[in-house]
Amino acid sequence: MVIKHKYEMPEQPPKERIHNFDEVPLGYDEETAVKEAERCLQCKPKPCTKGCPVGINIPEFIKCIRERRFDDAIKVIKESNSLPAVTGRVCPYENQCEGNCLLGKIGEPVAIGRLERFVADWERKKGVTVPEKPPSTGKRVAVVGSGPAGLTVASELAKKGHEVVVFEALHAPGGVLLYGIPEFRLPKEILSREIDYIKRLGVEIKCNVVVGKTISLSEIKKEFDAVFIGTGAGLPRWLNVPGENLAQVYSANEFLTRVNLMKAYLFPEYDTPIAVGNRVVTVGAGNVAMDCARTALRLGAKESFIIYRRSKDEAPARREEIAHAEEEGVKFMFLANPIRFIGDDAGNVTGMEYVQMKLGEPDESGRRRPIPIPKSNSLMQVDTVIVAIGQTPNPLLTSELKGLKLGKRGNIIVDDNQQTSVKGVFAGGDIATGAATVILAMGAGRRAAEAIDEYLRK
Amino acid sequence: MYKVIEKEILHENLVKMEIEAPLVAKSAKPGQFIILRVDEKGERIPLTIADFDRKKGTVTIIFLEVGKTTKKLGTLEVGDCIESFTGPLGEPSDIRKYGTTICVGGGVGIACLYPIARALKEKGNRVISILGARTKSLLIMEKEIGKYSDELIVVTDDGSKGRKGFVSDALKELIDKGVKVDLVMAIGPVIMMKVISDLTKPYGIKTLVSLNPIMVDGTGMCGSCRVTVNGEIKFACVDGPEFDGHGVDFDNLMLRNNRFREEEGIALKRYMEEQWQCIGMGKKHGDKA
Ligand SMILES: Cc1cc2nc3c(=O)[nH]c(=O)nc-3n(C[C@H](O)[C@H](O)[C@H](O)COP(=O)(O)OP(=O)(O)OC[C@H]3O[C@@H](n4cnc5c(N)ncnc54)[C@H](O)[C@@H]3O)c2cc1C
Ligand SMILES: Cc1cc2nc3c(=O)[nH]c(=O)nc-3n(C[C@H](O)[C@H](O)[C@H](O)COP(=O)(O)OP(=O)(O)OC[C@H]3O[C@@H](n4cnc5c(N)ncnc54)[C@H](O)[C@@H]3O)c2cc1C
Ligand code: FES
Repeated sequence: MVIKHKYEMPEQPPKERIHNFDEVPLGYDEETAVKEAERCLQCKPKPCTKGCPVGINIPEFIKCIRERRFDDAIKVIKESNSLPAVTGRVCPYENQCEGNCLLGKIGEPVAIGRLERFVADWERKKGVTVPEKPPSTGKRVAVVGSGPAGLTVASELAKKGHEVVVFEALHAPGGVLLYGIPEFRLPKEILSREIDYIKRLGVEIKCNVVVGKTISLSEIKKEFDAVFIGTGAGLPRWLNVPGENLAQVYSANEFLTRVNLMKAYLFPEYDTPIAVGNRVVTVGAGNVAMDCARTALRLGAKESFIIYRRSKDEAPARREEIAHAEEEGVKFMFLANPIRFIGDDAGNVTGMEYVQMKLGEPDESGRRRPIPIPKSNSLMQVDTVIVAIGQTPNPLLTSELKGLKLGKRGNIIVDDNQQTSVKGVFAGGDIATGAATVILAMGAGRRAAEAIDEYLRK
Repeated sequence: MYKVIEKEILHENLVKMEIEAPLVAKSAKPGQFIILRVDEKGERIPLTIADFDRKKGTVTIIFLEVGKTTKKLGTLEVGDCIESFTGPLGEPSDIRKYGTTICVGGGVGIACLYPIARALKEKGNRVISILGARTKSLLIMEKEIGKYSDELIVVTDDGSKGRKGFVSDALKELIDKGVKVDLVMAIGPVIMMKVISDLTKPYGIKTLVSLNPIMVDGTGMCGSCRVTVNGEIKFACVDGPEFDGHGVDFDNLMLRNNRFREEEGIALKRYMEEQWQCIGMGKKHGDKA
């Protein structure tokens, strides 16, 4: 008999969790994981694997779980994904593996993401064994940026015997996994274990090095046999409306960096401050916006609003994240767009003027274009604003290297092997694609590692 | 970890430190800054590179103890380490042969001015320096800057040293005297930079200021440091810190610099109480809690 629904994963109740930063979903226990794995039809065409950007052999690892061979399950996953504890928490499964699952046609798909998380956590509890060091090839590779793209390249190349040095601008590695995604979705303890693993593979991580400032890319090129650039999409976009520079207006990046990287949620135990008022409005409806709106509640906001110019159907955030935000009491204002923020004499935000929107013809992104409705202006009282309408690639480094071809939005142009227009320089992740996902950044990292390995052996 | 190589107390709460940071020293240029974090729980704060020694691999910072982080930094002694120290950040000053340049420095801004004045002089400019402080004992680096100045004017609010008045009075006098000025470089409190910019604007004298908004990453990622220049949003950490003084919205900068006043007060009070407790328990001032 087919069981139509996923086995539930326990979660912290909304009323409790909005008062802490602990992880929200608590994960499957062994029994539930095995039962969930038994739902898998083990169908031959493996549509799930086709939906996975890194092509994990999903039915195979699920089969291992079923047979309680968890050690083998993790091996299967790690053949194609080096950060399963991370992706098992943040991947948009519904559009990828789970979106393709045959079971989804008659009920809910197999909870592939939860199963991935289960085995990764199981391995973590047991203790991770580091593979033996392969003989050194004598080649040196520099990786710029320690987000998922850079970390993947580093670990793959280290496993192939190359010497790898990662340069990171901030004082700690992880990229968005560290400074962007909040503790309640991705505990930093998990990230630090993954990084520890990569270090044990022999990778050297040099923090506090801003490439392009501390050392130039050309210097690095001279010192290393190949270079990978994985600097992400770290430049916040603005609305360009009046009042955006008022004191209590944050970019999502500033808000989240203060809270996650600098641990402002533990102020004054930690030194970095954050100021959140009673009525917080977050502009945008992607994962980043959900993270901000939910973080604001945890920092004590009485009301947390999301304002988005399109409707719920177009919202780019994962469904699960929207649902979590709704459960926690975030209030959504769809088809509305701010046109101005109003401040008092001290420069603090006191209000927001916004217009109602309607959807017109599809635009170049394929989504219906939002159009303001004339004379639909309203005022609303707010005291904190977070602008979360997207990021573009940071030009700090790409402007320095001559001959590096860039796209219209400042992204680095690469071929199918992640090779840039400069010989020996590869790139991948958000810096090449524009803001995307963790798993796509890792996929790019894997391809780059293959290509770099081949380049070095030539 | 970045070691404190030398420490000198310039005045009661004004400290000069030489830090071991070879990579930063190697690339540092006048006008750039670093971001440091004193310890694991510390805030990231920007400080100007007041000097650097490529051979020794060191960078000099001069800071005024105004809040928790700078006070904590001030307790470090030679041999102690700073948790993180990143740089050089920002765009270097545009050092060219301008002709006659006037370097105006106020308070701790004088430290930021020093490497720029030196570089301007070395490029063959005529350098006139106007240094200002509230009172005599707060005036710093007079000798150092004097060494690279064709003319040095000292001004104090209370007249305890040099002339009584403000740096803007001294500048106005020079302009009124008919000195042909090709560039004014002003670094100091926001209000001083605003007054200087307002003064030179009607004369059309090119005026550069170095802005000090609140920063976090210093790499252009967060926008905490955004300032309005000629109606456009600029990030001081990557587009600056130097900007055309005639285009800067100084009022907005002052408002934004006050946005964490309350929290800064809480942090400082708590820190001072902890320090007092340490002393009470027989530890010496500066011992880590
Ligand atoms: C708040 C938030 C929530 C998200 N939620 C999800 C989610 O749920 N699921 C999902 O799949 N994706 C999510 N994403 C997107 C995902 O995190 C990114 O697509 C992914 O991290 C990109 O990886 P990357 O390695 O390309 O770059 P990044 O993770 O951005 O890392 C780049 C690193 O390079 C460093 N760097 C930059 N310039 C330099 C330089 N000049 N020198 C040295 N180092 C430099 C940066 O400091 C950074 O550490 C989210 C993003 C954000 C911001
Ligand atoms: C590019 C730049 C160069 C600077 N160079 C020098 C220098 O050479 N010497 C010097 O004494 N000071 C310098 N400053 C100012 C210095 O960064 C602040 O005095 C310091 O951050 C105060 O921290 P605090 O914790 O001791 O004080 P707090 O009590 O936290 O703050 C006091 C005031 O300092 C400012 N401030 C607070 N946090 C930050 C932050 N993270 N970034 C920037 N400003 C902040 C605010 O305006 C605040 O009101 C510079 C600032 C900038 C942006
Ligand atoms: S300090 Fe973050 S962008 Fe300038």
